[in-house]
Amino acid sequence: MCSDCKKSDLTLLDAVFDECGTDSGSLITVLQRAQEIYGWLPTDVMYKIAEKLSVSPARVMGVATFYTQFRLSPVGRHLIMLCKGTACHVNGADGIEKAVCAELNIKDGETTADGLFSLKTVACLGCCSLSPVMMIDEEAYGSLTPSSAVAAIRKVKESEQA
Amino acid sequence: MRIVVGEGSCGIAAGAGAVYAGLEKYREKVGFSLGITGCVGMCFVEPIVDIYDGALLLKRLVRVSPEDAADIAEYAATGDNAKISRLEITAEDSDFLEKQTRIALRRCGIIDPESIDDYISSGGYGALKKVLTEMTPEEVIAEIKTSGLAGRGGAGFPTWFKWDAARKSEDSEKYLICNADEGDPGAFMDRAVIESDPHSLIEGMLIAAYSIGAENAFVYVRAEYPLAIERLKKAIAAAEKKGLLGKNILGTSFSCGIRIKAGAGAFVCGEETALIESLEGKRGMPRLKPPFPAQSGYMCKPSNINNVETFANVAYIIENGGESFASLGTEGSKGTKVFALTGKIKRGGLVEVPMGLTLRDVIFDIGGGMRDGGEFKAVQMGGPSGGCIPEERLDTPIDYKALAATGAIMGSGGMVVTDKSTCMVNMARFFLDFTKKESCGKCVHCRIGTARMYEILTRITEGKGEDGDIEKLTQLCEGIKAGALCGLGQTAPNPVLSTLRYFRDEYEAHIKEKRCPAGECAALRGFVIDEEKCCGCTLCAKKCPVGAITGEVKKPHRIDTEKCVKCGSCVEACRFGAVHAE
Repeated sequence: MCSDCKKSDLTLLDAVFDECGTDSGSLITVLQRAQEIYGWLPTDVMYKIAEKLSVSPARVMGVATFYTQFRLSPVGRHLIMLCKGTACHVNGADGIEKAVCAELNIKDGETTADGLFSLKTVACLGCCSLSPVMMIDEEAYGSLTPSSAVAAIRKVKESEQA
Repeated sequence: MRIVVGEGSCGIAAGAGAVYAGLEKYREKVGFSLGITGCVGMCFVEPIVDIYDGALLLKRLVRVSPEDAADIAEYAATGDNAKISRLEITAEDSDFLEKQTRIALRRCGIIDPESIDDYISSGGYGALKKVLTEMTPEEVIAEIKTSGLAGRGGAGFPTWFKWDAARKSEDSEKYLICNADEGDPGAFMDRAVIESDPHSLIEGMLIAAYSIGAENAFVYVRAEYPLAIERLKKAIAAAEKKGLLGKNILGTSFSCGIRIKAGAGAFVCGEETALIESLEGKRGMPRLKPPFPAQSGYMCKPSNINNVETFANVAYIIENGGESFASLGTEGSKGTKVFALTGKIKRGGLVEVPMGLTLRDVIFDIGGGMRDGGEFKAVQMGGPSGGCIPEERLDTPIDYKALAATGAIMGSGGMVVTDKSTCMVNMARFFLDFTKKESCGKCVHCRIGTARMYEILTRITEGKGEDGDIEKLTQLCEGIKAGALCGLGQTAPNPVLSTLRYFRDEYEAHIKEKRCPAGECAALRGFVIDEEKCCGCTLCAKKCPVGAITGEVKKPHRIDTEKCVKCGSCVEACRFGAVHAE
């Protein structure tokens, strides 16, 4: 195991096993709960889950890397989910992405150096009538233009600095 | 007086929550009742507020903002509509609903999705009672057969056949699974049904479980649909409390429980065997068929999987008879189908129409045609497994076979309308980017083939296309179709095949002339400022996210093409029409 792996408080997982059980069929649900607790899936957490569910660590890693919901590194304070579904694509999501990437100086899947923002493009948020759409944390921003997307991000940034 | 706010995901994203909070401030003072409903499907005018007197809809107010709450409260208090008439829906927009025939969506946007009493008082759970007390499982299956109901998830397989096969599989344990992993980008029919009328799904599932002999059921919901999961949880708890779910339902010997499993983000899990793998806590990789799930599915037990919209039709069929359902539609496709109409359309939202209507009816008559004066180019149906249908095929009826003949598919119901500014090569690239990322990696043809296709398409859109690229693409399409195990892989080439079929000239323009006829492909365009029209207002320079525009105030500005990321901010900012794409 790597050096950063022994930092997580593994006792937090006990409640998860109580709730979801330790059957190997519950693996995905257990990982989802674990991610809610830690914000991502640290390696030692995955080892602990493997041990408790009596499956190999490789299987846990296999599942964690298969599904896009699982994160193997910590995310920034604010998660930007930029929709790139078909309706958003047709209405100019590529231009929005370029403007957002240029503003934050990161690419899809990365986190800004100050740890404030992570950017993730998603296949469809399901608010197609508001396309193009992005979500910053729980808030949806619709009918975006490159400049309104940048303005929304700057506003969140300002509220952080205030 | 009863005021109801539409709180589906679209409504909430458009600000319905704040509208509700605004109205709440006046509720006690004025003395009206305030409630929520799901999605009526008119996404283009959200947030929507309906005002009822009993069951009678007095007013439908659209594009309501929290500031309008005072005026709405005044109407509730005095009945004077002078101040709210500006919010009332236009006759033209109302037509959007009037022209539909609603079965799966019949209660959506009308009842409170969080109230089981609302569902029951509108006739809900009557079909379940009829089935459990008056019908044998065989009779139920026969009724579904008469109705001609086919799977609404995309493949269109006869529902009765699947139920019958699962029924005939002998085993002590059987499972019923609802596929709510609505992964097609641009499709949100199932989300709307669960958010707006969750009990219709539960009732349909229970009738199916009774027919096949299952005592355990799952709903596999996309993790991206938190509101749907929350409402379904509440609905399950309410049904259990009323003895409509769980042990000895309605006092009969039939027992069945429903559990929710949240997906974790994998498009391939919409494929039924991959979904089963995922339910078992594994990577969602499709299994080889046969054995079919009806013989060996979840935990190697007989399992039946249907999609949300399919289940939402079941109670109606039992209540009204299979023949009444079958009287709608065409020879080969019965009943109605829900579509999510989006893209460059004037009135986008959820549309449920009888099969047999033409695409033109849906897009131009119900959807109101193109937005912003655009010119229709194609409609994309069936998501990453489907294709683009051009203008000359718009009179194709909505029918499984007729749509398949165009090179697209009925699919789950995504209908994305594009105008002349959409590049068809880039559209194909967009879908291949999607399938490349979502390929589970099991079959070599799909895993590597989609990546190669994506690379070629990217090259073409960047102006680096070569002679022979179209032939290479066609060859890869054939290989992937033949070599992939599951539906995702086998249909992955469709977006390319259909655009090649109808828009081959666009591919050729990119490859031979290094030109994007739609003007969309960034590498093949640049932005320039017309010095004659530019008055130096500096607005574009302020809006440019990368600082590529420079110039003195009141003097023509210039764009540094090296720095420009081609996002189009400047075109949007300019009030003088001085910036344009080249």
